[in-house]
Amino acid sequence: MAPIISMKGVIKRFGQFQALRGIDLEVTEGEVLCIIGPSGSGKSTLIRCINLLETYEVGAVVVDGILVQEDQSLQAVRREVGMVFQSFNLFPHLSVLRNVMLAPMRVRGLTMLEAQKRALELLNRVGITEQADKYPAQLSGGQQQRVAIARALAMEPKVLLFDEPTSALDPEMVGEVLDVMRSLAQTGVTMIVVTHEMGFARQVGDRVLFMDGGLIVETGTPEKIFDAPQEERTRNFLKAILQH
Amino acid sequence: MRLIDTFFNARVFIETLPLLWTGLLVTIELGVFSIVLGLVLGLGLALLRLYGPRFLQILARLYIDLFRSVPLLVLLIVIYYALPFVGIRLSPFAAATTALTTVSGAYTAEIFRAGIEAIPRGQFEASMALGLSWRQMMIDIILPQAVKVVIPPLTNNCINVMKDTALASVVAMPDLLKQATQAQALAANPTPLISAAVIYILILWPLVLLVSRFEKKMKVGTR
Repeated sequence: MAPIISMKGVIKRFGQFQALRGIDLEVTEGEVLCIIGPSGSGKSTLIRCINLLETYEVGAVVVDGILVQEDQSLQAVRREVGMVFQSFNLFPHLSVLRNVMLAPMRVRGLTMLEAQKRALELLNRVGITEQADKYPAQLSGGQQQRVAIARALAMEPKVLLFDEPTSALDPEMVGEVLDVMRSLAQTGVTMIVVTHEMGFARQVGDRVLFMDGGLIVETGTPEKIFDAPQEERTRNFLKAILQH
Repeated sequence: MRLIDTFFNARVFIETLPLLWTGLLVTIELGVFSIVLGLVLGLGLALLRLYGPRFLQILARLYIDLFRSVPLLVLLIVIYYALPFVGIRLSPFAAATTALTTVSGAYTAEIFRAGIEAIPRGQFEASMALGLSWRQMMIDIILPQAVKVVIPPLTNNCINVMKDTALASVVAMPDLLKQATQAQALAANPTPLISAAVIYILILWPLVLLVSRFEKKMKVGTR
């Protein structure tokens, strides 16, 4: 089966600094891939190259058979690739319900009623039906992130990108967001999750990828990465974080 | 008593009120036209300056800087008295609207630009990631938030445009000030001028208060 995402030789520079130093990656449909690694290792940059929120100098990214580039096809790619951000990025001037309804109406051409029905179902699924008419600022961080997940799901994307979705949350709210993600993983949607939650990566990931210094150091099943890492750098990283 | 008779003469006031009234209508018409056109022009310029092709960005910037530097009175006189030499003859109303709109557009462009630039990067990214087109992103997400941020400075600009309509009296525009000076000449008494000043204040004071209230509210809003 052809991979739903494939990256070939992707190099990304920020001025002199090379954030990605040649990334080759294939993700198969339905896979849950967790990306771990130290801060500044290029994890977020990598997934931001998939929907071209970040441009890259060298290489190619293909999503569902479409080469991701700055032209008309870009919107087509982005329609199929949902993204959940570290800082939620909900639209503050729209109610929770409207946040979830907007893109399906504008981009997928759903009627108001269809969009509303879908939005309410999704809000129910992430457990925030009662807050539908509130504004984002009235919600807790965990609730906001669950709305953001519902907003991404409303487009019925083939791929979901999570960019450190729990890093900006108070500790007591991390669980509720991870629970939603865990149940999503069982629905068969392709997920790429950049995370510092090693427990989540181990339990939910089909595959774990360790990055350092803009390179993919090692990739494999959670058991392989966490219990029998081959690379020195992986071992050092895991040792450092598991001590705490 | 003489002072009151001179500056606040009731008889003169009542006699000249109809004239002042026609002047007031012209002033309001001129102000509203110029404000609305200036807003449209300003938004267009701001978008060009931020997102246009390179050379249009430079042109927009040039326009904005140029017309914020030229004194409005000079521009008005150039439009009304100099352009006829190249065959462009505008009515007083058209000349005044053009001058006011041109300058107001430059100022509102800067206001809109500041508003758009104040919107966090994440709002753009979330919109793009959802597959919204640039246009949809602007109309549904960015501009509604940006406009909310800049309502106080925009209102301030409206006040300035309203005040600057008085300059139109130098191109024989029968606005409030012009009618007041006319009435003063007829009545040989400055009461109409004082009345005009009071009318300007009565119109603009509420707007000034509104701006203060906006600003207070903003301060409460930002925690």
